[in-house]
Amino acid sequence: MKLALRQGQFPRDRAGRSNRSRRAWLAAALALLAALCLLSVAVGTRQVGWVDIVSALRGQVATIEQAAVAVRIPRTLLAVLAGSALGLAGAVMQGVTRNPLADPGILGVNLGASLAVVVGVAWFGVTSADAYIWTAIVGAALSAVFVYVIGSLGRGGATPLKLALAGVATSVAFASFVTAVILPRTDIAGGIQSWRVGGVGGATFDATLEAAPFLAAGLLLSLSSARRLNSLALGDEMAAGLGERVALARATAALGAVLLCGATTAVCGPIGFVGLVVPHLCRQLVGVDHRWLLPFSTIGGACLLVAADVVGRIAARPSELEVGVVTAFIGAPFFIWMVRHQRSRQL
Amino acid sequence: MTATTASMSSMLEGRRNRARRRQMVMTILLAMIAALFLLTLMLGQSFTPPAELARVLIGEDVPGVSFSVWQLRLPRAVLGMLTGLCFGFGGAAFQVMLRNPLASPDIIGINLGASAAAVFAIVVLQWNGPLVSVLAVLAGIAVALAIYGLSFRNGVAGSRIILVGIGVAAMLESFIAYTLTQAPSWNLQEAIRWLSGSLNSAQLSQAVPVLVALVVFGGLLLSRSRDLDTLTLGDDTAAGLGTDVAQTRIIVMVAAVGLISVATAIVGPVSFAAFLSGSIAARLLAGNGSVLVPAALVGAALVLLSDYVGQFLLPSRYPVGVVTGALGAPYLIFLIVRLNRTGGSL
Repeated sequence: MKLALRQGQFPRDRAGRSNRSRRAWLAAALALLAALCLLSVAVGTRQVGWVDIVSALRGQVATIEQAAVAVRIPRTLLAVLAGSALGLAGAVMQGVTRNPLADPGILGVNLGASLAVVVGVAWFGVTSADAYIWTAIVGAALSAVFVYVIGSLGRGGATPLKLALAGVATSVAFASFVTAVILPRTDIAGGIQSWRVGGVGGATFDATLEAAPFLAAGLLLSLSSARRLNSLALGDEMAAGLGERVALARATAALGAVLLCGATTAVCGPIGFVGLVVPHLCRQLVGVDHRWLLPFSTIGGACLLVAADVVGRIAARPSELEVGVVTAFIGAPFFIWMVRHQRSRQL
Repeated sequence: MTATTASMSSMLEGRRNRARRRQMVMTILLAMIAALFLLTLMLGQSFTPPAELARVLIGEDVPGVSFSVWQLRLPRAVLGMLTGLCFGFGGAAFQVMLRNPLASPDIIGINLGASAAAVFAIVVLQWNGPLVSVLAVLAGIAVALAIYGLSFRNGVAGSRIILVGIGVAAMLESFIAYTLTQAPSWNLQEAIRWLSGSLNSAQLSQAVPVLVALVVFGGLLLSRSRDLDTLTLGDDTAAGLGTDVAQTRIIVMVAAVGLISVATAIVGPVSFAAFLSGSIAARLLAGNGSVLVPAALVGAALVLLSDYVGQFLLPSRYPVGVVTGALGAPYLIFLIVRLNRTGGSL
């Protein structure tokens, strides 16, 4: 099976998806992303004409309209990066845990990153953006491991319900600790807001560039583990029988996912449900082969987050909704729908 | 013949023992509540000796003390106790009705439903007073029914209710966070109150709706407590024993949500207060009779104790919800681990 996969001899999966149709979908997804990016630059709280957009894209910031567009460009870039990171991280985590509900938000990873940053800022004087990202990644990794270990104790391993509950418990505890750390420190208390709801509104090129190396490393690690995730999907024994070093495969893939969502949370704050919704939709389109699923989830995540950001800007004019609120309102109903359609045995 | 009398007497003995244990638990809880209540009245920025406190309470005007007792400490103590009773009562009713300690209103998002409505009423509609409580109760009931309806699929599996509730809670939480950012003066204390619960802005006049809720909804629950107990045997057995299962469910749900929502409209969704009280009471009683009233007492003791800890025993002053959240999460994790070990289906 694995040999065959390596040589690419299975052009069609059981649902009859050919590689050609997958390529067509990939092209369509990229086109959608491009269109959404254009929309994200063009649409916002302030209405701007095409002339101004074009001149702003050329780097002019002479009028207010052009300045508004100039702010939207880094914001769109950040939404693309964050969305793709979250989508990919969700797909990898679902593969690593073989659990349909694994999502950075549900696993409490986002709040772990938040807590680490808050503790770093309040107690250890972390100030540079670089150190911010490192602390967030460490926090994300620790809480991911913690939640997964709790969720998988005992018989039956990590069932979706146990994982979700462990994630909820951990999130509430971490949220309490975040409040406890911040409350006596009036100097940093204003930031608590941004650690409750994630957004891309304050994006700058500099902050985005700080996160870029981490995102790139996470992207490479995650995408390169597609084949190993395919083996893992067959079960641990089968994967070991196929010559896979199971623990190593898990660890590398999980490290990639943690790098991705830790860095994203450090820049944007907690954004939930992207990693849950996107891989599931992509699985409907391209099937369960991770070599297709991972790139698709990357692009799909970017599409979803850019779209959610645009919706957030339009929906609450003249103010705007943080993108984390929009994804919660898209993602939570989807989550409920999934729960309803799981067989109760699997829960 | 002798064998039957022996078994009769051992049965009676067992019944007496159980009644004694229940009485002991209730007495200890009541004593704890009284002690914590007095402690809250005596301790503040300064210590008020009991004699002075008694003089203030019978209406004498003691300079400096009267204000802090009547305006600051008494509202705190009264509301802490009353809302604690509500949380414990409502939480236990839910846990018993759904036969699952994890199906408590604060895990499945009902608290947050009431909180979201209260925030919306206060921040956007600029209401205050009893109207806020009414809206919170309506929203709490609507959220509870929505969760129940969404998890209904060939009957309601306990695990499905919990997962659906987690999804609903995520949505409500982001709604609350967003609404708070729209408030004209964004204020950290307010935000914490509506996201994790706090007694800091308690006023004595707010005790009225809570008392009314306790009498009306609490009475309703108590009148149904026998039916509720038969529900723990399973729906079919309960029906066989003459309980109208559907009707009991609806009444219990409305009453429990009413209690929780009124309390939430005033002090916010105190994290895990309902979950902890029900579970602790069940452990203390170890199956000796109905858990409702003991759970209410545990709730009152828990909220008063956590508020005291948050105010005085920690390096900085924290609202009650932060303390209960930090206490409840490890307990929830412990419960998950323990259920796993015993092989319970979760």
